[in-house]
Amino acid sequence: MDWTALFLSLRLAGWTVAILLPLSILSGRWLAYHRFRAKGLVEAMVMLPLVLPPTVFGFYMLLAFGRNSPVGDMWLRLFGHQLVFTFEGLLVASVIFNLPFAIQPAQRGFEAVPVEVREAAACCGLSPWRSLWKIELPLAWPGVLTAMVLVFSHTLGEFGVILMMGGSIPGVTKTIAISIYDRVQGFDMQGAAIMSATLVAISLATITATFMLSARIGRRLG
Amino acid sequence: MAPAVMALDAMAPEAMALEAMAQATAPIPLDFAFRVEPGELLALVGHSGSGKTTVLRTIAGLWRPTVARVSIGGRGWLDTAKGVDLAAHRRRVGVVFQNYALFPHLSAARNVMAAMDTPDPAGAARLLDLVNLHGLGDRRPAQLSGGQQQRVALARALARQPDALLLDEPFSAVDRATREKLYSEILALRAHLKMPVVLVTHDMNEAQLLADRLVVMDKGRMVCTGTTAQVMADPTALRAMGIREVAALLPATVVSHLPDGLTLLETPAGALFLPLLEAAPGTVVRVRIMAHDVILSRARPEGLSAQNILAGRITRIVAGQGPAVMVHIDAGGHEILARITRRAAETMGLQVADQVHAILKSMSVARDHIAAGAPAQGGD
Repeated sequence: MDWTALFLSLRLAGWTVAILLPLSILSGRWLAYHRFRAKGLVEAMVMLPLVLPPTVFGFYMLLAFGRNSPVGDMWLRLFGHQLVFTFEGLLVASVIFNLPFAIQPAQRGFEAVPVEVREAAACCGLSPWRSLWKIELPLAWPGVLTAMVLVFSHTLGEFGVILMMGGSIPGVTKTIAISIYDRVQGFDMQGAAIMSATLVAISLATITATFMLSARIGRRLG
Repeated sequence: MAPAVMALDAMAPEAMALEAMAQATAPIPLDFAFRVEPGELLALVGHSGSGKTTVLRTIAGLWRPTVARVSIGGRGWLDTAKGVDLAAHRRRVGVVFQNYALFPHLSAARNVMAAMDTPDPAGAARLLDLVNLHGLGDRRPAQLSGGQQQRVALARALARQPDALLLDEPFSAVDRATREKLYSEILALRAHLKMPVVLVTHDMNEAQLLADRLVVMDKGRMVCTGTTAQVMADPTALRAMGIREVAALLPATVVSHLPDGLTLLETPAGALFLPLLEAAPGTVVRVRIMAHDVILSRARPEGLSAQNILAGRITRIVAGQGPAVMVHIDAGGHEILARITRRAAETMGLQVADQVHAILKSMSVARDHIAAGAPAQGGD
């Protein structure tokens, strides 16, 4: 059992969720409430990582953040090391790759808040910020929660992007999914089996907990 | 209810008049201008699509027409010419939405508190008492009936301590029996409301019974404004409302409840027998008498099943396009309208200043055409 890889994966998933939570709320809400000409294009771009093969996505990430890219170059000057093949690099790729999972369900959640309820909140004197906290978020919460569960489980199991962007450096970029692959390559089927089962258990537990939680929220709103 | 009403009296420190006007051609055509005095209830009436809700939304800050001005006590909420446009949450309005738009995840009390500047559970309980929801503060909207939700919405609107109260079709989603009760409650509350109130409704009955003044809207345009009597004398308004809605409003005092299930009322024009009212003797009510329910007779008729015979004098006879004429009758200082055929008027030789008797079947006055409170006097 490669505990280092498991903790690395959990750390990456946790950070990805932490970064994407506010982003999913703000952009999901914005997309839900606004109509504009290029909305279809924006939504398509958000969904793009979902349909691209992870290796293709990882390849473009390498190009975009590698040593020869403006971003990669700036990162090197600022921090004295490359962005690719580091945990931070993985995190950047993971955040971008998870955008569809983070934004789409949150957007659906905010779309379910009736426009009259939002207007009533404004007419009750609630500023947009207080309306978000007191009225909209409690109503859109199931969507946001679904988004975060998807992001967490998806990051835990991601393989192609991580391999392209991070390589397989133990303790730095070698996540559990890659470790499993390595074990299979090295004919350690038992190790791979234990780690795979662990991953299944964690994912199942996360999703079950979410379903139970949203059922409780549903009853509360009933 | 008394302490609760006192709580209401303490609110809204200064009463101010509401002024609103707008002109727009697209996307929603609008053309209106009116002023609502403190404590006055103005009803915006018109068919669906006549723009009346848009007027309300303009006042609340939920819609901005191309050219518009909204001010309260002279302070501008919206002035497109000067670039003033206060966001909805900065305007002190209380709004009751058509489907109430309560916050589904909050209890009734928390819905009310959401509209308070500083949440005050005792104040919320008092407001819920005021709208007859004592002890239901912990219920969520889904656990309340339509009428109860409507009351929560009203309490929430009042909790905002609004400078103007806006009611958008507030009675359209409740059943008839509940509606009758709510009419009386609103009229009772009104005596304590110091702010201007704007009521949007497609129901002429509701508008006539509750409002001091009406604004008739048609295709976004204000076609007529005035008291019931003034609006009913305006042919353009009648066209916009539909001729079948023409009715007069008569003040009456409950005298007694009779054992046969009728209530005897006294009006300046004579006695009225109406189906049993739930009002104590001495209560002043407004009775809406539909023009097409009134029969005219020169002599005081006898041997007739109709019990209500009100004497009066013809003030106007207005002929329309169709086969009918509208006869305006002054009955004890109040106007009664009778819509009869042109043929009948000619056969009877009716002339202005003739004495006539207006006859009304007791059973033709629907229960929801009567509400507590005296009607506003005509300003003409």
